Amino acid sequence: MKHVDEYRDRELVKSLAFRLADQVKRPLRFMEVCGTHTMNIFRFGLRSLFPADLEVVSGPGCPVCVTDSADIDVCIAAAENENVVIATFGDLVRVPGSRGSLAESRARGARVEIVYSPIDALELARAHEDKLVVFVGIGFETTVPTVAAAVAQAARLRMDNFCVLSLHKVMPPVFARLLAGNHQLDGLLCPGHVATIVGRRAFEPLALDYGLPCVIGGFEPVDIMQALVQLAELAARREAKVVNAYPRAVAEDGNSSAWRLVTDIFQPVDAQWRGLGTIKSSGLAIRDVYAAFDARRRLDFETETPAPPSTGCRCGDVICGRCRPVDCGHFGGSCTPGHPLGPCMVSSEGSCAAFYRYGEH
Amino acid sequence: MCLAIPMRVLEVRGTGGDMLEPPLAVVEAEGVRREVRLDIVDRLPVVGDYVIVHAGFALHSLDEQQARENLDLLAMMAAGGDETR
Ligand code: SF4
Repeated sequence: MKHVDEYRDRELVKSLAFRLADQVKRPLRFMEVCGTHTMNIFRFGLRSLFPADLEVVSGPGCPVCVTDSADIDVCIAAAENENVVIATFGDLVRVPGSRGSLAESRARGARVEIVYSPIDALELARAHEDKLVVFVGIGFETTVPTVAAAVAQAARLRMDNFCVLSLHKVMPPVFARLLAGNHQLDGLLCPGHVATIVGRRAFEPLALDYGLPCVIGGFEPVDIMQALVQLAELAARREAKVVNAYPRAVAEDGNSSAWRLVTDIFQPVDAQWRGLGTIKSSGLAIRDVYAAFDARRRLDFETETPAPPSTGCRCGDVICGRCRPVDCGHFGGSCTPGHPLGPCMVSSEGSCAAFYRYGEH
Repeated sequence: MCLAIPMRVLEVRGTGGDMLEPPLAVVEAEGVRREVRLDIVDRLPVVGDYVIVHAGFALHSLDEQQARENLDLLAMMAAGGDETR
Protein backbone atom coordinates (compact mmCIF):
# COMPACT_ATOMS: atom_id res chain seq x y z
CA MET A 1 0.00 0.00 0.00
CA LYS A 2 1.29 3.41 -0.95
CA HIS A 3 2.72 5.65 1.80
CA VAL A 4 3.10 2.53 3.91
CA ASP A 5 4.96 -0.21 2.01
CA GLU A 6 7.87 1.98 0.94
CA TYR A 7 8.26 2.95 4.60
CA ARG A 8 8.45 -0.66 5.71
CA ASP A 9 11.34 -1.61 3.45
CA ARG A 10 13.56 -3.90 5.51
CA GLU A 11 16.76 -3.06 3.64
CA LEU A 12 16.17 0.62 4.15
CA VAL A 13 15.47 0.10 7.85
CA LYS A 14 18.71 -1.86 8.10
CA SER A 15 20.83 0.81 6.42
CA LEU A 16 19.26 3.44 8.63
CA ALA A 17 20.15 1.32 11.66
CA PHE A 18 23.81 1.40 10.53
CA ARG A 19 23.59 5.16 10.10
CA LEU A 20 22.12 5.45 13.58
CA ALA A 21 24.91 3.37 15.11
CA ASP A 22 27.39 5.66 13.32
CA GLN A 23 25.84 8.77 14.76
CA VAL A 24 25.51 7.65 18.38
CA LYS A 25 28.97 8.27 19.77
CA ARG A 26 28.08 8.85 23.42
CA PRO A 27 25.18 7.68 25.60
CA LEU A 28 22.03 9.41 24.35
CA ARG A 29 18.58 9.49 25.83
CA PHE A 30 15.62 10.40 23.62
CA MET A 31 11.98 10.68 24.56
CA GLU A 32 9.04 9.88 22.29
CA VAL A 33 5.65 11.27 23.16
CA CYS A 34 3.07 9.45 21.13
CA GLY A 35 1.31 6.20 21.93
CA THR A 36 1.69 5.08 18.32
CA HIS A 37 5.44 5.61 18.47
CA THR A 38 5.59 3.57 21.68
CA MET A 39 3.59 0.77 20.09
CA ASN A 40 5.33 0.72 16.71
CA ILE A 41 8.86 0.79 18.13
CA PHE A 42 7.96 -2.49 19.84
CA ARG A 43 5.72 -3.89 17.12
CA PHE A 44 8.36 -3.59 14.42
CA GLY A 45 11.13 -4.79 16.72
CA LEU A 46 13.09 -1.56 16.30
CA ARG A 47 14.57 -1.68 19.79
CA SER A 48 16.78 -4.57 18.76
CA LEU A 49 18.25 -2.27 16.07
CA PHE A 50 19.12 0.57 18.42
CA PRO A 51 22.78 0.95 19.36
CA ALA A 52 23.55 0.05 22.98
CA ASP A 53 24.25 3.67 23.83
CA LEU A 54 20.81 4.86 22.73
CA GLU A 55 17.94 4.80 25.17
CA VAL A 56 14.45 5.74 23.96
CA VAL A 57 11.95 6.40 26.73
CA SER A 58 8.22 7.02 26.45
CA GLY A 59 6.77 10.31 27.62
CA PRO A 60 3.21 11.34 28.39
CA GLY A 61 1.90 10.60 24.90
CA CYS A 62 -0.86 8.12 25.57
CA PRO A 63 -4.10 10.02 26.26
CA VAL A 64 -5.59 7.17 28.26
CA CYS A 65 -2.48 6.91 30.45
CA VAL A 66 -2.41 10.58 31.38
CA THR A 67 -6.10 10.74 32.34
CA ASP A 68 -6.36 11.40 36.04
CA SER A 69 -8.26 9.12 38.37
CA ALA A 70 -10.46 12.04 39.49
CA ASP A 71 -11.56 12.56 35.87
CA ILE A 72 -12.53 8.89 35.59
CA ASP A 73 -14.65 9.43 38.71
CA VAL A 74 -16.44 12.30 36.95
CA CYS A 75 -17.19 10.00 33.99
CA ILE A 76 -18.58 7.40 36.35
CA ALA A 77 -20.76 9.97 38.11
CA ALA A 78 -22.17 10.91 34.68
CA ALA A 79 -22.70 7.26 33.75
CA GLU A 80 -24.72 6.70 36.91
CA ASN A 81 -27.29 9.25 35.81
CA GLU A 82 -30.24 7.27 34.40
CA ASN A 83 -30.83 9.74 31.61
CA VAL A 84 -27.29 9.55 30.32
CA VAL A 85 -25.69 7.39 27.65
CA ILE A 86 -21.89 7.61 27.76
CA ALA A 87 -20.02 7.34 24.48
CA THR A 88 -16.26 7.08 24.40
CA PHE A 89 -13.19 5.57 22.78
CA GLY A 90 -12.46 1.96 23.74
CA ASP A 91 -9.56 1.87 26.16
CA LEU A 92 -10.93 4.48 28.52
CA VAL A 93 -13.71 2.23 29.82
CA ARG A 94 -11.26 -0.09 31.55
CA VAL A 95 -9.23 2.57 33.35
CA PRO A 96 -9.77 2.43 37.11
CA GLY A 97 -10.75 5.58 39.01
CA SER A 98 -11.20 5.68 42.76
CA ARG A 99 -14.61 4.01 42.46
CA GLY A 100 -13.94 1.46 39.77
CA SER A 101 -14.04 1.81 35.99
CA LEU A 102 -16.70 2.68 33.40
CA ALA A 103 -16.73 -1.00 32.43
CA GLU A 104 -17.77 -1.84 35.98
CA SER A 105 -20.51 0.81 35.87
CA ARG A 106 -21.71 -0.76 32.64
CA ALA A 107 -21.83 -4.17 34.28
CA ARG A 108 -24.07 -2.60 36.94
CA GLY A 109 -26.46 -1.34 34.27
CA ALA A 110 -25.10 2.03 33.14
CA ARG A 111 -25.26 2.75 29.39
CA VAL A 112 -21.69 2.99 28.15
CA GLU A 113 -21.09 2.75 24.41
CA ILE A 114 -17.74 2.47 22.68
CA VAL A 115 -17.48 4.58 19.56
CA TYR A 116 -14.87 4.95 16.85
CA SER A 117 -15.63 8.57 16.02
CA PRO A 118 -17.29 11.51 17.79
CA ILE A 119 -19.71 11.41 14.85
CA ASP A 120 -20.89 7.99 16.04
CA ALA A 121 -21.80 9.69 19.32
CA LEU A 122 -23.91 12.21 17.36
CA GLU A 123 -25.67 9.30 15.67
CA LEU A 124 -26.33 7.74 19.08
CA ALA A 125 -27.92 11.00 20.21
CA ARG A 126 -30.16 11.00 17.14
CA ALA A 127 -31.19 7.43 17.88
CA HIS A 128 -31.92 8.12 21.57
CA GLU A 129 -33.86 11.37 21.65
CA ASP A 130 -35.04 10.77 25.22
CA LYS A 131 -31.48 10.42 26.56
CA LEU A 132 -28.54 12.79 26.95
CA VAL A 133 -25.55 11.38 25.09
CA VAL A 134 -22.32 12.42 26.80
CA PHE A 135 -19.24 11.98 24.64
CA VAL A 136 -16.20 11.63 26.88
CA GLY A 137 -13.52 13.39 24.88
CA ILE A 138 -9.95 12.38 25.53
CA GLY A 139 -6.98 12.96 23.29
CA PHE A 140 -4.49 15.55 22.17
CA GLU A 141 -4.24 18.03 19.30
CA THR A 142 -4.78 15.27 16.73
CA THR A 143 -8.14 14.24 18.11
CA VAL A 144 -9.64 17.51 19.36
CA PRO A 145 -10.49 18.87 15.87
CA THR A 146 -12.70 15.82 15.26
CA VAL A 147 -14.61 16.56 18.46
CA ALA A 148 -14.82 20.25 17.58
CA ALA A 149 -16.32 19.29 14.21
CA ALA A 150 -18.90 17.12 15.98
CA VAL A 151 -19.87 19.96 18.33
CA ALA A 152 -20.10 22.37 15.39
CA GLN A 153 -22.40 19.95 13.60
CA ALA A 154 -24.56 19.41 16.70
CA ALA A 155 -24.88 23.19 16.95
CA ARG A 156 -25.89 23.47 13.28
CA LEU A 157 -28.48 20.73 13.74
CA ARG A 158 -29.64 22.35 16.99
CA MET A 159 -29.35 19.05 18.82
CA ASP A 160 -30.21 19.33 22.48
CA ASN A 161 -29.30 15.86 23.71
CA PHE A 162 -25.61 15.72 22.83
CA CYS A 163 -22.76 17.09 24.92
CA VAL A 164 -19.05 16.61 25.49
CA LEU A 165 -17.19 15.93 28.72
CA SER A 166 -13.90 17.44 27.66
CA LEU A 167 -10.83 15.78 29.15
CA HIS A 168 -8.75 16.87 26.17
CA LYS A 169 -5.20 17.96 26.63
CA VAL A 170 -2.63 19.90 24.68
CA MET A 171 1.04 19.01 24.60
CA PRO A 172 3.22 22.14 24.89
CA PRO A 173 2.53 22.80 28.61
CA VAL A 174 3.37 19.23 29.61
CA PHE A 175 6.61 19.35 27.61
CA ALA A 176 7.47 22.58 29.37
CA ARG A 177 6.79 20.92 32.73
CA LEU A 178 8.98 17.92 31.91
CA LEU A 179 11.79 19.95 30.43
CA ALA A 180 11.88 22.53 33.19
CA GLY A 181 13.03 19.81 35.59
CA ASN A 182 16.23 17.84 35.44
CA HIS A 183 15.15 15.93 32.36
CA GLN A 184 18.41 14.38 31.18
CA LEU A 185 17.13 14.20 27.63
CA ASP A 186 19.26 14.63 24.54
CA GLY A 187 16.40 14.86 22.10
CA LEU A 188 12.68 14.73 21.56
CA LEU A 189 10.97 12.57 18.93
CA CYS A 190 7.92 14.76 18.32
CA PRO A 191 4.52 13.22 17.58
CA GLY A 192 3.85 13.31 13.83
CA HIS A 193 0.10 13.52 13.88
CA VAL A 194 -0.03 16.21 16.55
CA ALA A 195 2.29 18.09 14.19
CA THR A 196 -0.08 17.42 11.27
CA ILE A 197 -2.51 19.70 13.08
CA VAL A 198 -0.26 22.23 14.85
CA GLY A 199 2.60 22.36 12.32
CA ARG A 200 6.38 22.13 12.61
CA ARG A 201 6.72 25.67 13.82
CA ALA A 202 4.69 24.99 16.97
CA PHE A 203 7.58 22.93 18.36
CA GLU A 204 10.15 25.67 17.91
CA PRO A 205 9.76 27.21 21.38
CA LEU A 206 10.60 23.80 22.87
CA ALA A 207 13.82 23.53 20.95
CA LEU A 208 14.81 27.12 21.58
CA ASP A 209 13.73 27.55 25.22
CA TYR A 210 15.18 24.26 26.40
CA GLY A 211 18.06 23.86 24.00
CA LEU A 212 16.68 20.53 22.88
CA PRO A 213 17.06 18.88 19.47
CA CYS A 214 13.59 17.97 18.17
CA VAL A 215 12.59 15.85 15.17
CA ILE A 216 9.03 15.29 14.01
CA GLY A 217 8.63 11.66 13.02
CA GLY A 218 6.08 9.55 11.17
CA PHE A 219 5.03 6.10 12.29
CA GLU A 220 6.26 3.45 9.88
CA PRO A 221 9.57 1.74 10.72
CA VAL A 222 11.50 3.76 8.14
CA ASP A 223 9.92 6.98 9.39
CA ILE A 224 10.91 6.23 12.97
CA MET A 225 14.46 5.22 12.05
CA GLN A 226 14.87 8.28 9.84
CA ALA A 227 13.71 10.54 12.67
CA LEU A 228 16.11 8.89 15.13
CA VAL A 229 19.06 9.22 12.73
CA GLN A 230 18.29 12.92 12.28
CA LEU A 231 17.84 13.34 16.02
CA ALA A 232 21.19 11.66 16.68
CA GLU A 233 22.82 13.97 14.11
CA LEU A 234 21.37 17.03 15.83
CA ALA A 235 22.34 15.69 19.25
CA ALA A 236 25.90 15.03 18.08
CA ARG A 237 26.15 18.66 17.02
CA ARG A 238 24.13 19.76 20.11
CA GLU A 239 21.95 21.72 17.74
CA ALA A 240 18.60 22.82 19.16
CA LYS A 241 16.19 23.04 16.26
CA VAL A 242 13.07 21.33 14.94
CA VAL A 243 13.55 19.10 11.90
CA ASN A 244 10.50 17.82 10.07
CA ALA A 245 11.20 14.20 9.13
CA TYR A 246 7.56 13.59 8.16
CA PRO A 247 7.01 16.22 5.47
CA ARG A 248 4.37 14.24 3.57
CA ALA A 249 1.98 14.77 6.49
CA VAL A 250 3.31 17.83 8.29
CA ALA A 251 3.42 21.40 6.98
CA GLU A 252 5.12 24.41 8.57
CA ASP A 253 1.89 25.72 10.04
CA GLY A 254 -0.03 22.46 10.16
CA ASN A 255 -3.73 22.36 9.48
CA SER A 256 -4.58 25.86 10.61
CA SER A 257 -8.27 25.72 9.69
CA ALA A 258 -8.75 22.60 11.85
CA TRP A 259 -7.00 24.33 14.75
CA ARG A 260 -9.10 27.47 14.24
CA LEU A 261 -12.24 25.35 14.66
CA VAL A 262 -10.78 24.01 17.92
CA THR A 263 -10.12 27.48 19.30
CA ASP A 264 -13.62 28.62 18.24
CA ILE A 265 -15.16 25.97 20.46
CA PHE A 266 -12.61 25.32 23.20
CA GLN A 267 -10.55 27.53 25.49
CA PRO A 268 -7.48 26.67 27.56
CA VAL A 269 -8.07 25.52 31.12
CA ASP A 270 -5.87 24.02 33.84
CA ALA A 271 -5.93 20.24 33.72
CA GLN A 272 -4.96 17.31 35.89
CA TRP A 273 -2.42 14.82 34.57
CA ARG A 274 -1.89 11.46 36.16
CA GLY A 275 1.40 11.51 38.00
CA LEU A 276 2.07 15.15 37.15
CA GLY A 277 -0.69 17.01 38.98
CA THR A 278 -2.28 20.18 37.68
CA ILE A 279 -0.65 21.83 34.69
CA LYS A 280 -1.66 25.35 33.81
CA SER A 281 -3.56 25.82 30.54
CA SER A 282 -2.91 22.24 29.49
CA GLY A 283 -6.57 21.28 29.05
CA LEU A 284 -9.42 22.43 26.85
CA ALA A 285 -12.85 23.44 28.13
CA ILE A 286 -15.90 24.30 26.05
CA ARG A 287 -16.44 28.05 25.59
CA ASP A 288 -19.50 29.83 26.99
CA VAL A 289 -21.13 30.24 23.58
CA TYR A 290 -21.26 26.46 23.27
CA ALA A 291 -22.30 25.90 26.92
CA ALA A 292 -25.26 23.80 25.78
CA PHE A 293 -22.80 21.17 24.58
CA ASP A 294 -20.71 21.12 27.75
CA ALA A 295 -21.40 18.09 29.96
CA ARG A 296 -19.98 19.90 32.99
CA ARG A 297 -22.72 22.50 32.68
CA ARG A 298 -25.47 20.09 31.71
CA LEU A 299 -24.89 17.72 34.63
CA ASP A 300 -24.19 18.27 38.29
CA PHE A 301 -20.94 16.70 39.33
CA GLU A 302 -19.66 16.43 42.84
CA THR A 303 -16.57 18.58 42.91
CA GLU A 304 -14.85 16.55 45.61
CA THR A 305 -13.58 13.15 44.63
CA PRO A 306 -11.79 10.93 47.09
CA ALA A 307 -8.09 10.33 46.65
CA PRO A 308 -7.62 7.11 44.73
CA PRO A 309 -6.66 4.08 46.79
CA SER A 310 -2.92 3.69 46.74
CA THR A 311 -2.14 0.64 44.63
CA GLY A 312 1.56 1.30 44.24
CA CYS A 313 1.04 1.76 40.49
CA ARG A 314 3.93 3.80 39.07
CA CYS A 315 2.24 4.99 35.86
CA GLY A 316 2.94 8.57 36.89
CA ASP A 317 6.68 7.84 36.86
CA VAL A 318 6.47 5.67 33.77
CA ILE A 319 4.85 8.39 31.64
CA CYS A 320 7.51 10.90 32.65
CA GLY A 321 10.35 8.56 31.77
CA ARG A 322 11.37 8.45 35.46
CA CYS A 323 11.14 4.67 35.59
CA ARG A 324 10.67 1.77 33.24
CA PRO A 325 7.62 -0.49 33.47
CA VAL A 326 9.80 -3.36 34.65
CA ASP A 327 10.89 -1.22 37.61
CA CYS A 328 7.32 -1.38 38.97
CA GLY A 329 6.85 -4.15 41.51
CA HIS A 330 3.45 -5.07 40.06
CA PHE A 331 4.63 -5.47 36.49
CA GLY A 332 3.76 -8.87 35.06
CA GLY A 333 2.68 -10.16 38.48
CA SER A 334 -0.32 -8.45 39.99
CA CYS A 335 -0.59 -6.19 36.92
CA THR A 336 -1.10 -7.66 33.44
CA PRO A 337 -3.20 -6.60 30.43
CA GLY A 338 -5.88 -9.04 31.59
CA HIS A 339 -5.92 -7.51 35.05
CA PRO A 340 -4.51 -3.99 34.76
CA LEU A 341 -3.87 -1.91 37.88
CA GLY A 342 -3.08 1.26 36.01
CA PRO A 343 -3.81 2.94 32.67
CA CYS A 344 -0.34 2.27 31.27
CA MET A 345 -1.28 -1.42 31.26
CA VAL A 346 -4.89 -0.84 30.12
CA SER A 347 -4.11 1.03 26.95
CA SER A 348 -2.49 -0.90 24.14
CA GLU A 349 -0.43 2.26 23.58
CA GLY A 350 0.74 2.36 27.17
CA SER A 351 4.37 1.58 27.93
CA CYS A 352 3.53 -1.15 30.42
CA ALA A 353 1.27 -2.96 27.94
CA ALA A 354 3.89 -2.64 25.18
CA PHE A 355 6.68 -3.98 27.43
CA TYR A 356 4.43 -6.82 28.52
CA ARG A 357 3.19 -7.76 25.06
CA TYR A 358 6.58 -7.73 23.45
CA GLY A 359 8.21 -9.68 26.19
CA GLU A 360 10.65 -7.17 27.68
CA HIS A 361 10.48 -8.55 31.19
CA MET B 1 -6.66 5.32 20.13
CA CYS B 2 -4.54 8.01 18.51
CA LEU B 3 -3.95 5.79 15.56
CA ALA B 4 -4.13 7.71 12.30
CA ILE B 5 -3.50 5.94 9.01
CA PRO B 6 -3.18 6.81 5.31
CA MET B 7 -6.14 5.69 3.19
CA ARG B 8 -6.78 6.07 -0.55
CA VAL B 9 -9.69 8.20 -1.70
CA LEU B 10 -12.14 6.31 -3.93
CA GLU B 11 -14.92 8.85 -4.05
CA VAL B 12 -15.64 12.40 -2.89
CA ARG B 13 -19.16 13.71 -2.39
CA GLY B 14 -21.19 16.51 -0.92
CA THR B 15 -18.78 19.35 -1.59
CA GLY B 16 -21.66 21.61 -2.64
CA GLY B 17 -21.38 23.72 0.51
CA ASP B 18 -24.48 22.41 2.30
CA MET B 19 -23.55 23.01 5.94
CA LEU B 20 -25.99 20.40 7.18
CA GLU B 21 -24.48 17.77 4.91
CA PRO B 22 -20.71 18.01 5.37
CA PRO B 23 -18.51 16.65 2.56
CA LEU B 24 -17.54 13.00 2.74
CA ALA B 25 -15.03 10.71 1.09
CA VAL B 26 -15.10 6.96 0.63
CA VAL B 27 -11.61 5.72 1.46
CA GLU B 28 -9.86 2.38 1.46
CA ALA B 29 -6.81 0.76 3.01
CA GLU B 30 -5.88 -2.91 3.06
CA GLY B 31 -9.28 -3.92 1.73
CA VAL B 32 -11.19 -1.99 4.38
CA ARG B 33 -13.52 0.69 3.07
CA ARG B 34 -15.11 3.43 5.05
CA GLU B 35 -16.71 6.82 4.86
CA VAL B 36 -14.78 9.71 6.37
CA ARG B 37 -15.74 13.32 6.88
CA LEU B 38 -13.86 16.07 5.14
CA ASP B 39 -14.89 19.00 7.38
CA ILE B 40 -11.43 19.51 8.83
CA VAL B 41 -9.04 18.25 6.14
CA ASP B 42 -6.35 20.82 5.20
CA ARG B 43 -7.06 20.51 1.44
CA LEU B 44 -9.98 18.75 -0.24
CA PRO B 45 -8.61 15.57 -1.80
CA VAL B 46 -9.44 14.28 -5.25
CA VAL B 47 -9.99 10.64 -6.20
CA GLY B 48 -6.68 8.79 -6.03
CA ASP B 49 -5.19 11.00 -3.31
CA TYR B 50 -4.20 9.60 0.07
CA VAL B 51 -5.52 11.15 3.27
CA ILE B 52 -4.55 10.61 6.91
CA VAL B 53 -7.63 9.28 8.65
CA HIS B 54 -8.29 9.56 12.38
CA ALA B 55 -11.52 8.96 14.32
CA GLY B 56 -13.72 9.11 11.24
CA PHE B 57 -12.20 12.28 9.78
CA ALA B 58 -9.59 12.99 7.13
CA LEU B 59 -6.99 15.24 8.81
CA HIS B 60 -4.57 15.83 5.97
CA SER B 61 -4.18 15.17 2.26
CA LEU B 62 -0.73 13.65 1.83
CA ASP B 63 1.69 15.71 -0.14
CA GLU B 64 3.03 13.63 -3.06
CA GLN B 65 5.92 15.90 -3.91
CA GLN B 66 7.10 16.05 -0.31
CA ALA B 67 6.77 12.28 -0.08
CA ARG B 68 8.97 11.83 -3.18
CA GLU B 69 11.57 14.28 -1.92
CA ASN B 70 11.69 12.52 1.43
CA LEU B 71 12.18 9.14 -0.24
CA ASP B 72 15.12 10.62 -2.19
CA LEU B 73 16.56 11.96 1.03
CA LEU B 74 16.15 8.56 2.64
CA ALA B 75 17.98 6.87 -0.21
CA MET B 76 20.82 9.34 0.26
CA MET B 77 20.83 8.81 3.99
CA ALA B 78 20.91 5.04 3.59
CA ALA B 79 23.86 5.44 1.23
CA GLY B 80 25.66 7.37 3.97
CA GLY B 81 25.41 10.98 2.79
CA ASP B 82 24.99 13.82 5.24
CA GLU B 83 22.01 15.91 4.31
CA THR B 84 20.33 17.35 7.38
CA ARG B 85 22.44 20.47 7.52
S1 SF4 C 1 2.96 -2.29 35.69
FE1 SF4 C 1 0.81 -1.84 36.24
S2 SF4 C 1 0.89 -1.06 38.32
FE2 SF4 C 1 2.98 -0.93 37.49
S3 SF4 C 1 3.14 1.13 36.59
FE3 SF4 C 1 2.47 -0.22 34.96
S4 SF4 C 1 0.23 -0.08 35.00
FE4 SF4 C 1 0.94 0.74 36.98
